[in-house]
Amino acid sequence: MSAVELGQPSFGGGLDLVPTTDEPQKAKDFTSDQEVRWCPGCGDYAVLASVRGFLPELGLKRENIVFVSGIGCSSRFPYYLDTYGMHSIHGRAPTIATGLAVTRPDLSVWVVTGDGDALSIGGNHLIHALRRNMNITILLFNNRIYGLTKGQYSPTSETGKVTKSTPMGSIDAPFNPVSLALGAEATFVGRALDSDRKGLTEVLRQAAAHRGASLVEIFQDCPIFNDGSFDVLRKGDGVAERLIPLVDGEPIRFGNDGEYGVVRSATGGLEVAAVGGPGGVAEDDVVIHRAGEEDPTQSFALSRLSDQDLTHTVTGIFRKVDRPTYDDGARAQVAAAKQQATDRGDSLGALLRGKDTWAVLPEPENEQ
Amino acid sequence: MSTDTAVGPAGREVRQTHRVVIRFAGDSGDGMQLTGDRFTSEAAAFGNDLATLPNFPAEIRAPAGTLPGVSSFQLHFADYDILTPGDRPDVLVAMNPAALKANLKDLPHGGILIVNTDEFTKRNLAKVGYEANPLSDDSLEPYTVHEVAMATLTRGALEPTGMSKKDAERAKNMFALGLLSWMYHRGTEGTEQFLREKFAKKPDLAEANILAFRAGWNYGETTESFAVTYEVAPARLAEGTYRQITGNLALAYGVVAAGQQAKLPVFLGTYPITPASDVLHELSKHKGFGVTTFQAEDEIAGIGAALGASFGGSLGVTSTSGPGVALKSETIGLAVALELPLLILDVQRGGPSTGLPTKTEQADLLQAMYGRNGEAPVPIIAPQSPSDCFDAALEAARIALTYRTPVFLLSDGAIANGSEPWRVPDVDELPDLSVTFATEPNAPDGSDEFWPYLRDADTLARPWAIPGTAGLEHRIGGLEKADGRGTISYDPDNHDRMVRLRQAKIDGIPVPDIDVDDPSGEAEVLVVGWGSSYGPIGAACRRVRAAGLTVAQAHLRHLNPLPRNLGDVLRSYRRVVVPEMNLGQLAMLLRARYLVDAHSYTKVAGLPFQAEELAGVLTDAVKGDLPA
Repeated sequence: MSAVELGQPSFGGGLDLVPTTDEPQKAKDFTSDQEVRWCPGCGDYAVLASVRGFLPELGLKRENIVFVSGIGCSSRFPYYLDTYGMHSIHGRAPTIATGLAVTRPDLSVWVVTGDGDALSIGGNHLIHALRRNMNITILLFNNRIYGLTKGQYSPTSETGKVTKSTPMGSIDAPFNPVSLALGAEATFVGRALDSDRKGLTEVLRQAAAHRGASLVEIFQDCPIFNDGSFDVLRKGDGVAERLIPLVDGEPIRFGNDGEYGVVRSATGGLEVAAVGGPGGVAEDDVVIHRAGEEDPTQSFALSRLSDQDLTHTVTGIFRKVDRPTYDDGARAQVAAAKQQATDRGDSLGALLRGKDTWAVLPEPENEQ
Repeated sequence: MSTDTAVGPAGREVRQTHRVVIRFAGDSGDGMQLTGDRFTSEAAAFGNDLATLPNFPAEIRAPAGTLPGVSSFQLHFADYDILTPGDRPDVLVAMNPAALKANLKDLPHGGILIVNTDEFTKRNLAKVGYEANPLSDDSLEPYTVHEVAMATLTRGALEPTGMSKKDAERAKNMFALGLLSWMYHRGTEGTEQFLREKFAKKPDLAEANILAFRAGWNYGETTESFAVTYEVAPARLAEGTYRQITGNLALAYGVVAAGQQAKLPVFLGTYPITPASDVLHELSKHKGFGVTTFQAEDEIAGIGAALGASFGGSLGVTSTSGPGVALKSETIGLAVALELPLLILDVQRGGPSTGLPTKTEQADLLQAMYGRNGEAPVPIIAPQSPSDCFDAALEAARIALTYRTPVFLLSDGAIANGSEPWRVPDVDELPDLSVTFATEPNAPDGSDEFWPYLRDADTLARPWAIPGTAGLEHRIGGLEKADGRGTISYDPDNHDRMVRLRQAKIDGIPVPDIDVDDPSGEAEVLVVGWGSSYGPIGAACRRVRAAGLTVAQAHLRHLNPLPRNLGDVLRSYRRVVVPEMNLGQLAMLLRARYLVDAHSYTKVAGLPFQAEELAGVLTDAVKGDLPA
């Protein structure tokens, strides 16, 4: 069978079909009347503040934004935003978002999910939403613990994690969400830290603008059950030596004075090395980040630099490439079929009659 | 079967008969379903009333020549309105020993048996445990046997084409079709036209099949072995334009029509599952009617996407079978809490678990009724025949859209794959299903707030406010919501009120009173069924009445809520009999709801009831011989 001409729109921005407004908006306009009920000190507050602060920047009509969530602490997010929202069931938010995204191109559809919601019970939906490249933006709050069920380990908890359900330490190996997303053919993958408002907003900005599925992993602290889990990335002397920020088109350098860089390793991957000085690598050996590279190999290798123990953590945008979205394709097929139907003069009556009918005539009245 | 006899032009006897049941049986690879379908189309085009029962294994190609690999297609056609595919065949076409062995017990003594002798080899006989060749011992004596070397004759007919012997033999099902077409005075042009279209891209194959078909026809005409042919006059059905339709096709058309009548886009989110996949296949062809189909990664994603589409203002639909319903249960519960329209088309099959994928059963009633956590009432509609799936889909959509609720439609394998004539409705007669989305704030205090759970006083439905509507931004979800305002509420009294409101909304859906069919008006026994058993129950009632007894029949289309008059109807009979293809699920509901001592008669054999067995049960009930 030959490929069908879909009449796909040229690649545009993720919000191209969403109506905008000229009215100035503020964070307050996106704040619902619901009292926020996360624990004091929860990283979700910082993310909520960043999102509320960032949404006005999009200039979209507020009624054309929908946040869909699953189950878990972070999934209460939609209640606190004065947009349309649905707090659905555990792991299934990407499926609800899929139905919305396919049928309503005029909506900006966001999914809010957590490490348990997205990677454990909802792992299947996450990878398929990424594979299909649905035009949705997925915010994956990763606190590496189950908070709402009070402290069991999650699929991103480091091996050996002692929790209520793993008193002798967890046995299973964790997912690296960025690696997983890249393996699932994601077209946009980013990572940010809850407390890094500037970095998070920049990733959100580009994720929203991306046409296709965007996955943003947000490292987020659970002060109750996994307190301080990301502190080594926030404060203290070693932060600059741990965080590897990605800047598209730039050599990947980090450290207090850029004294470290990412270079190709002998095994075909990437590794961290000191740059310059005795024993250091040459500046030219430092890898240049290319988020738009079709081949995801380098982005994947970058994702592998993040260790479970946070010795190194890569942040920023790993990958950002164009690929047809499922929802644009589905709508194009329907539009093409509708046009054909109009051209042919199709009608419901003709459909119901089909090709083979026979008539039963009224009985002749006088014949008894 | 009463018949009139005449002598035909060739000096052969032509018998006029009112009805005939033919069963084509062969190996899964023999094309029996196609053969049966084609004969059905001829019967339909001729104007007979008809009903069909395809019966095939779950395996796509079970080992050739074995009992598990037998595939059959039964067709009942008549010159009056019939209700079932027939209990037992009058004519059995057996293409191999396995088909004979699996089906012979259903052929009444005196029945016509047409056997393809070529397959009766020592090896094939041994494969199915025949120690002696039944064609050469006297075991087939009670039947009128026609031994035909169909493969050999087909090969001979196709010799001029230069086809290999093996390829040529594959057309032997068309030989059988040709022979049966001759026996029952069916035309040849329709089938030849059909074959030319089916094999339009392979004209050689089309010609080969046509040659085989003609060879079968000519074999009947020229050999002396068939002394009698049969004529079944067209049926006198109600005036109108008719077509042949299967349940799954009617269901798909019903969904397309529902979208058109509601002026809403249709979104089907689904996952392939037997015997419901044809609904997906069919709907995927009708994008021109604004139907989007989404083959999801699993059953859960299918219904999740459908619910998301409903939130966005589409008619969300999911299609599945029992195991899929189990997976979708949590999302159905969410839809109950969200109070959004959603159609769940459950084409039931044998269970539990994977069960009998290609066989029929009606054992999902209680799953549909109660298979969710919490108090989660869902309306249930069950079509009673293949063509009725169309009307049932429209009715399910009406309830879903009016009451903002998920609705179950319980079809089953028998009517999904079975076919019958359908009087094509005039589109102008279809119900108007148009909906009104909320556009304005509705707070009782006149403020500019929108209360998503403020209910309509009549229907108790909440407003359907779709994203994109300015000023109505709101959040819904699975957590309990405050009555009216719709914010999260853990208040005990509010939860009690919301549980009762959701129940009252479903209980209050007006459904038509149940009709009782009791021609005598004096029956003391009432038989109550639901869904696809309508045909066999109706046929059984006819038999009982023909024997001079009285029996009343009532058939439930709405299973939740039940018709308002049902309790009074049940209590007005001395005895109530409830036949079901499960272990008494409706009977349990009726007993619990109405304190009526309903007698449950059950069978879960993967096949529809036979009219004969039900007639026996009803006769016993009328004569007071049923066990208490």
